[in-house]
Amino acid sequence: MKSRHKKLALIVGALAIVGIIAALVLNALNSNIALYITPTDVAAGKAPKDKLFRIGGLVKEGSIKRQADGVTIAFIITDTEKDIPVNYKGILPDLFKEGKGAVAQGKLTAEGSFNATEVLAKHDENYMPPEAAQAVDDAQERAASKHVSPSSAGETPKASN
Amino acid sequence: MIHWNSFSDFIAMGGYGLYVWGSFGATALVMAIEPIVVLRNRSSTISRLKRQIRAENRNTSE
Amino acid sequence: MKDRFNLYRFASPAVFYPLAGAMTPYFVAVSIVFGIAGLWLGMLVAPTDFQQGEGYRIIFIHVPASWMSMFIYLVMAFWAAIGLAFNTRLSGMMAQALAPTGALMAFLSLLTGALWGKPMWGAWWVWDARLTSELILLFLYIGYMALTAAIDDPRRSDKAGGLLLLVGVVNIPIIYFSVKWWNTLHQGSSINLAKSSMATTMLWGMLLMAMCFWMYSIAIALMRVRTIILERERHSDWVKTLLLAGDPK
Repeated sequence: MKSRHKKLALIVGALAIVGIIAALVLNALNSNIALYITPTDVAAGKAPKDKLFRIGGLVKEGSIKRQADGVTIAFIITDTEKDIPVNYKGILPDLFKEGKGAVAQGKLTAEGSFNATEVLAKHDENYMPPEAAQAVDDAQERAASKHVSPSSAGETPKASN
Repeated sequence: MIHWNSFSDFIAMGGYGLYVWGSFGATALVMAIEPIVVLRNRSSTISRLKRQIRAENRNTSE
Repeated sequence: MKDRFNLYRFASPAVFYPLAGAMTPYFVAVSIVFGIAGLWLGMLVAPTDFQQGEGYRIIFIHVPASWMSMFIYLVMAFWAAIGLAFNTRLSGMMAQALAPTGALMAFLSLLTGALWGKPMWGAWWVWDARLTSELILLFLYIGYMALTAAIDDPRRSDKAGGLLLLVGVVNIPIIYFSVKWWNTLHQGSSINLAKSSMATTMLWGMLLMAMCFWMYSIAIALMRVRTIILERERHSDWVKTLLLAGDPK
């Protein structure tokens, strides 16, 4: 009976230690675990220099400009506070749209724009039929015309620290 | 009530047929093969254990 | 006092063996019923999604497989804790019976995720926190199976495997909360206890499929544990009598 309780205490103790170690390691790795950084992070000088990295945010409404060749594209990634102009040449995923999330991999240029080698789409966790989405949009528009709400853009990207 | 207008629409999955049916096919394959492997393993284990027990019994009775 | 006695009785392999055999067909039947209902609702009735069109239907297996991959691991860790604390023989056998199914669920979660990510995100795979931690889960399953298979003595094998399971359990909250804690390409949870951001038919289709996967996992684990019981208890009288009596069901 006693040895059982002792063993149980040992196991709980070992688990607690492992948990604490994991928490510490994760905390230390925090910035590296993030897949992308936000335009605000870039503005704060957190972007690595001369190294590929990813930026993420929303594709700014009305910012997509396609070149005549059909594969060269320029757009702006925003986290609603800061903007970064992005240049990209290549295939875009189906869900790449204005007002939706996107993650781009590439390098910053000296002028502060971003040359992307890969662009991925990040969608939100909502699943509904198109009619329901239309109804939500209409309701949001009605609400926005009464009072301005900044959250209507959908998901806002998290800033990493 | 049924969402689809035709069988070919159902197969095409709005252009995502390969991805959707690929996922469902892989899952169906796993769920068909796993029970077969488990049952085969079971019958082979049973016949092996039977042989062992019979052999032990023969040794002890002699 | 009687309840306490009964609980210990079911922990005995000799009592659990026929019980598991009797329960298996019911779990198989219930799983098939849930599967038919879930496929009917998800694949035939549920509407198109406003963002992903028909491609979102991968959710009806991706989410159940992912849930089961995490849940089965938690159940295995639970049995490992019971086994290490109380030295019960059955708990190690239960953990071993669950492992291959858990590994397959993790594999299916990653595979269907890749097939979903390619058309929607534009990539089969990215090293974001959600995908990476799910891959670690698959490695934990494989590691557990390799470790327990490598040690011949069942008691020592259960002990070593159990320790691995308990250490690895920290990965489960990491998988679950990764989309909250870090910037990931994977979107946040569509449903939790407080809210759901899915249309009703889609949600029910997914929940029915999750029930189907759950019942399937129980059925296959019960089938597997009976073979493990026979193997490990082969020197006991009841197994000898059972095997020599003819064809054990």
